[in-house]
Amino acid sequence: MQFMLLFSRQGKLRLQKWYVPLSDKEKKKITRELVQTVLARKPKMCSFLEWRDLKIVYKRYASLYFCCAIEDQDNELITLEIIHRYVELLDKYFGSVCELDIIFNFEKAYFILDEFLLGGEAQETSKKNVLKAIEQADLLQELNAFNVN
Amino acid sequence: MSPSVPLQEMIRAIRSARTQCEERGVIQRECAAIRAQFRQSDNGGRSHNLAKLLYVHMLGYPAHFGQMECVRMIASPRYSEKRVGYLGAMMLLDEKQDASLLITNSIKNDLSHSNQYVQSLALCTLACMGSAEMCRDLAPEIDRLLRASNSYIKKKAALCAVHIVRKVHDLGELFTPAARSLLAEKNHGVLHGAVVLITELCERNQETLERFRKVPGTVPDLVQIMKGLVISGYSPEHDVAGISDPFLQVRILRLLRILGRNNEGASDAMNDLLAQVATNTDSTKTVGNAVLYETVLTVLHIKSESGLRVLAVNILGRFLLNNDRNIRYIAMISLQKIVGTDHNAVQRHRGTIVDCLKDQDASVKRRALDLSLALVSASNVRSMMKELLLFLSSCPPELRAQAASGIFNAAERYAPSQRWHIDTILHVLTTAGGDVRDETVPNLIQLITNASELHCYTVHKLYRALLTDISQQSLVQVACWCIGEYGDLLLRGECQETEPVQVTEDDVLDALETVLQSHMSSPATRGFALTATMKLSTRITDNVDRIRSIVSIYGSCIDVELQQRAVEYNALFRKYDHMRFVLKMQSSVFCSGSNRQVSPLVFLPQVCDLLDLLGGSEVTLQPIPAVGGTAPGLFTNTSSTTGGDLLDLLGGLEPAPPELSYLIFSAAPTVQVYEKAGVALTLSCEKQSDSGLTVTLTASNSTDSDISSFTLQAAVPKVQILANSSCFTQSKSFFRLQVNLKMRIRISYSSQGSAFQDTVQIDSFPGLSAAGH
Repeated sequence: MQFMLLFSRQGKLRLQKWYVPLSDKEKKKITRELVQTVLARKPKMCSFLEWRDLKIVYKRYASLYFCCAIEDQDNELITLEIIHRYVELLDKYFGSVCELDIIFNFEKAYFILDEFLLGGEAQETSKKNVLKAIEQADLLQELNAFNVN
Repeated sequence: MSPSVPLQEMIRAIRSARTQCEERGVIQRECAAIRAQFRQSDNGGRSHNLAKLLYVHMLGYPAHFGQMECVRMIASPRYSEKRVGYLGAMMLLDEKQDASLLITNSIKNDLSHSNQYVQSLALCTLACMGSAEMCRDLAPEIDRLLRASNSYIKKKAALCAVHIVRKVHDLGELFTPAARSLLAEKNHGVLHGAVVLITELCERNQETLERFRKVPGTVPDLVQIMKGLVISGYSPEHDVAGISDPFLQVRILRLLRILGRNNEGASDAMNDLLAQVATNTDSTKTVGNAVLYETVLTVLHIKSESGLRVLAVNILGRFLLNNDRNIRYIAMISLQKIVGTDHNAVQRHRGTIVDCLKDQDASVKRRALDLSLALVSASNVRSMMKELLLFLSSCPPELRAQAASGIFNAAERYAPSQRWHIDTILHVLTTAGGDVRDETVPNLIQLITNASELHCYTVHKLYRALLTDISQQSLVQVACWCIGEYGDLLLRGECQETEPVQVTEDDVLDALETVLQSHMSSPATRGFALTATMKLSTRITDNVDRIRSIVSIYGSCIDVELQQRAVEYNALFRKYDHMRFVLKMQSSVFCSGSNRQVSPLVFLPQVCDLLDLLGGSEVTLQPIPAVGGTAPGLFTNTSSTTGGDLLDLLGGLEPAPPELSYLIFSAAPTVQVYEKAGVALTLSCEKQSDSGLTVTLTASNSTDSDISSFTLQAAVPKVQILANSSCFTQSKSFFRLQVNLKMRIRISYSSQGSAFQDTVQIDSFPGLSAAGH
């Protein structure tokens, strides 16, 4: 995966994870154009589109669009499953997740993503294990707040 | 300076800002506070401040002043600060920033930290934004972790190694042994990482690939693992809708694909497994289809046995019928990839593919179009074309050009008859004329010229099309050309293929004038119309004056191109009235496509230049005699000498290297250049001006019998002009510079009932010598 973007229906960016080195300017440009392209799609349309030389896989969950850019050899259908898995993780963590959760706890959304994907690839295929790891890390963070280790 | 607020409060404040300006104000205040906080020493709230900054950054505001803070936080002993610090590093620092190098040491230390969650942070950050230099520095550490650590770390180390190999290809060597041994692990996360790593290693390096293939190789291990996933019992931890760890399955299938490609042994070893997966995987949900999709891709790209291939293509066929649009799209992409190799298998699903042309989704339509065009063959061309033309009339605008040119190509390759071909092209032009590519017009003209029996039919159809709609430029251009060329057939009224209709000369001229005057006509189209009008002057009898007046009006047209033509045509009327018939001879030839560097000598706008060549207002002027007849109408085009042929005519003429030499010569000698069967051609040259050359060709018949349908065509090689490489429209200046003039002449005529045709090349012109300037 080259990057993942989460944005609202108004085009506001809620999360951006880049796995390829690009300048800030380039990132902004890509984000702007891609958001525009995806938002212009009608509801019943295909989840896949070709954009520049990338394959884009996107899916809408409630008010948020989850958009991934994958490479030529990557499997589009499994990418949909990856997106779905991430949503499930967020849902389990926040308890019935909604966009506001992701806005006000964006750093947690990142931590969860980083426990699920690494370098653009899935690192843990068991939902349970990902959540357990997050839990432990959160605990460590709590402890550290009181004790300097 | 306002006190800094907790993260969530700041977010709330920003969100409640009603205008962009207000938002900016809030953010500026916050950033100032954050900056101040950064300057202070450790105060326990550092991670919150950085988090606030990261939020602001996500909104699109500059946050580079936070980079150093990230570096400091990463080095902090506190986990909470490290966590946010590393997150900040991934967001604000990329490998292009200098500051990124500063964290290398911290990462190195953290990779060996006692706490695995700290190690995890370091691994994650390295895999996300590690530069090549950082990767080189830390690779040994990663290798160590690959070998000796717990599963939690091993799986991350494997993916980190993948990133390192992508950045520094040579380091693949380092990780190969460890990667191999990881396949023996039981933990799914580690297995997944291992498979991804091995895939990356094999893709990068052929040697490594061979090593992994070499018997016993990894294939049996992978097959074993897959079998375990597919057949064995239910594992709740990894189950997704009944499929056991689909992510791992997909990656294993992908690796198998690479191992089996072009390798019989490896392919054989995986045949059974693939068949098993293909038949046993539940395809009711997306996840099952994801695995099937990967399986199909693998089967089609390795050396699989034919039964398995058929199975794979059938799966794709099933996908085509799936309700889920995504699955249909995937099926079409895959079919597109194999339509070359497994053409017949794909043909079986042609019906479904054609149905997808009517899908609502533009992506699906595009895929269906590509596939449909690839599936057109001689046997199904009529029915396919019907579907494609139907599609063209309702297809989205962004696909029109592609559809139109695809249809043209298919029609050209598989047209069952010329009439069908012309009908098809006309249909496309009427439906999508605005979207066809530029070369279509010359190609179509050539096609029409070649179909000599259909000239009458074609001109009638085009005339009717012109009457209905003059907005499609390509169509109008072809129609004008056709009317100019075959106007006499149009006026004659009767035609075998269509119903007869009475067309008067006035009607035709009306139509052409409408095109000329319409604001919808482009300058090029107007050019066509004007030329056609001019050509008609030799084909009609009553309205020549009307033509004269039309032409003279355009002599003062604003468009320079049009004006020039009009002036030249006017000159024809005035000075060379008897030469107007020349127009007939030249009209069949044109330059097709700008990539053919062919002299546009014979294209109509060059008529006057041609006249310069063939004869001026001198006494030596002799019109090519019509032996055996006197009416100007005798010179009909023999369609055997078509544009294509003339281009062949020029085939052997190499344009000489452009030397700017002007021709100098003295007298006007005559030389005979051709003599055969009683027909002779003599040539004489005379230099009229510094830049113009007059060449006169005289044909004579010394046989007893009459000669009819005499046609003469002449061509000269194109001269290189600086900065002008395109074709006929800009060739006014072509004949101002002449270099090493050669000419090829083709004559054709009928005598005593049989047709004759001959070609002669003239390399030297009497009285001519090239002199450098």
